[in-house]
Amino acid sequence: MPIEPTIKSRPVYGTLSPQPGTDHLFIADAEGAEAILDLAKSAPPGFFDAAEIVFIPRASGDGYLAALHALKPARFYEGPSIGAALPRLKQTFATAHMGLRLYLSGTEGLIGQAMQAALDAGIDHSSIQTEHRGSLARRVQCVHCKGVTEDVTTQPVTCSHCGLLLLVRDHYSRRLAAFQGVCINAEDQSEKVPVEEVFR
Amino acid sequence: MGIQFRTETFRDDFTFRNSPEHIRRFPFPFHEDSYMYAVNIEPHVPGPKGSVLENLIDVDEHYVSEMADRALVLAEDPLRCQSLPHMTLAGWDLLELLMTEQAKGYPEHFTLTRDGDNWHWINRPLGIDQKFVFGDLSTLPYGPMEYITRQSQGDFCILDQRDGNLWMDAGIVTTQADWSLDFDIGMNFFEWHAPVPLAHEKGVFTRALKFLLNIQQGQPARRLNWTMTINPRLDTSPENFHKWGPDRTTVTPENVGQKVHLRVELQSFWRLPRSNAMVFPIRCYLIKMDELATSKKWARRLHRVLRDLPEELATYKGLTRYRPTVVEWLAKHDDGAPTSSGFGPD
Ligand code: HEM
Repeated sequence: MPIEPTIKSRPVYGTLSPQPGTDHLFIADAEGAEAILDLAKSAPPGFFDAAEIVFIPRASGDGYLAALHALKPARFYEGPSIGAALPRLKQTFATAHMGLRLYLSGTEGLIGQAMQAALDAGIDHSSIQTEHRGSLARRVQCVHCKGVTEDVTTQPVTCSHCGLLLLVRDHYSRRLAAFQGVCINAEDQSEKVPVEEVFR
Repeated sequence: MGIQFRTETFRDDFTFRNSPEHIRRFPFPFHEDSYMYAVNIEPHVPGPKGSVLENLIDVDEHYVSEMADRALVLAEDPLRCQSLPHMTLAGWDLLELLMTEQAKGYPEHFTLTRDGDNWHWINRPLGIDQKFVFGDLSTLPYGPMEYITRQSQGDFCILDQRDGNLWMDAGIVTTQADWSLDFDIGMNFFEWHAPVPLAHEKGVFTRALKFLLNIQQGQPARRLNWTMTINPRLDTSPENFHKWGPDRTTVTPENVGQKVHLRVELQSFWRLPRSNAMVFPIRCYLIKMDELATSKKWARRLHRVLRDLPEELATYKGLTRYRPTVVEWLAKHDDGAPTSSGFGPD
């Protein structure tokens, strides 16, 4: 299901396509692998010779590993979470040279956090491509306690830090790589609000 | 003689109120009996003596108490004041603007003496006497933006101008109508306005941005915005929404006059000389319904505006729960007579 543009702060995503140059870095989680595999179909020969793939399988397990390895990237890293991969990514970004092309695919949480680290390192926006694949789960920052709750699929959601029941808004901060969560029953906290699974 | 500064609170026991002179000078925001978003921007030129526009940076009887409230907010939550690294020069620009304007408008309360980069600032109401070197961070107790905005009423956003857009890259925000600087910092004009209903579709923001990008130094502009607040609370932040939200359930026909406040923001737009950034002061004025109703015209008009306000705006402004009670109270002050055009009381 494509992500609809709703309000102006809400990110929208494109489709990965092979860019000129030799220095390609792919960062993907779960179904994000499919975006890499689709790009590979139209990539020129030798495209992955100097490429690196950073892959977080999550629920996909080893489902995509063989296909990704078959692309024969110069480097392949498999990690347990984007959080665990960030330190090495920051190192890569800090030492990257101008020609680096970045391809981010998968969940919004992964795209947002990898983007945040890249922009912080001064990587130009125009050299980053994104494609959303897989779960619509959101990364949500509680506006009250400032804690971030990962992989939010319900509306509303209980803040994993302070326990307030949060309305997940479309308002999005690139700097925080998170949607905003605001107490949904702040006026009367005794009000019961039905919780629905909406970001699948 | 100068301004008689009131000692009052904007939290807990809420002792805030306006003196009769301050009720008369309240910047009533409705020039007709209905309201819809528009590009309501005009040149920020001085207005009539005694009005909030007499000086382009207005200081009023609430100054000292508002600054005390700001200090409380900042002590609880330092994220209300932030400045991205490239914004320091704009902070010095803002310090110059606010010191100059306050000293010019209120010489009995503020004095600025400049000898090259050696400046001497005296703020009598707050008991501050500060010698410092303009441009030298080590000579002030805070960064320049924080230093001067702890001594200036209203919130301030500093916008960096690049790529044909404005970027909210610094600010101090403690008297806001339910938006978060910490969340919005780094966003552009369209992104931080994203939650506003209807106005994007009407092209309001595209036209407004075009206007702002062309503002020249020495030619500031202004507009009014409004909402309503239960109890005279300055800090209606999303951060603390779970603490002040319950106030909205406390409105009854008996307490409307004391509890319900019209909240008006006098927003101005200034080009800064050294950084080419833009500063956006958001000056908040509060008036309780009892005070507002001392003007027949204001009460009559607010009744009609609130009654007919489009649902999307009422929801966005958070009025839903208590609007009917307030409209009913105001209806008693509306004899159906025509209202004269313009903002002023009768
Ligand atoms: C560059 C200076 C400006 C800044 C920093 C600014 C900031 C903001 C912010 C933070 C909000 C709250 C959005 C939210 O709900 O999270 C807002 C609301 C709004 N702004 Fe601006 N704004 C600026 C200029 C303008 C201009 C020139 C217009 C002209 C039409 C405008 C029209 C509005 C409107 C209509 C709202 C909704 C207010 C309400 O209904 O209470 N703004 N603005």
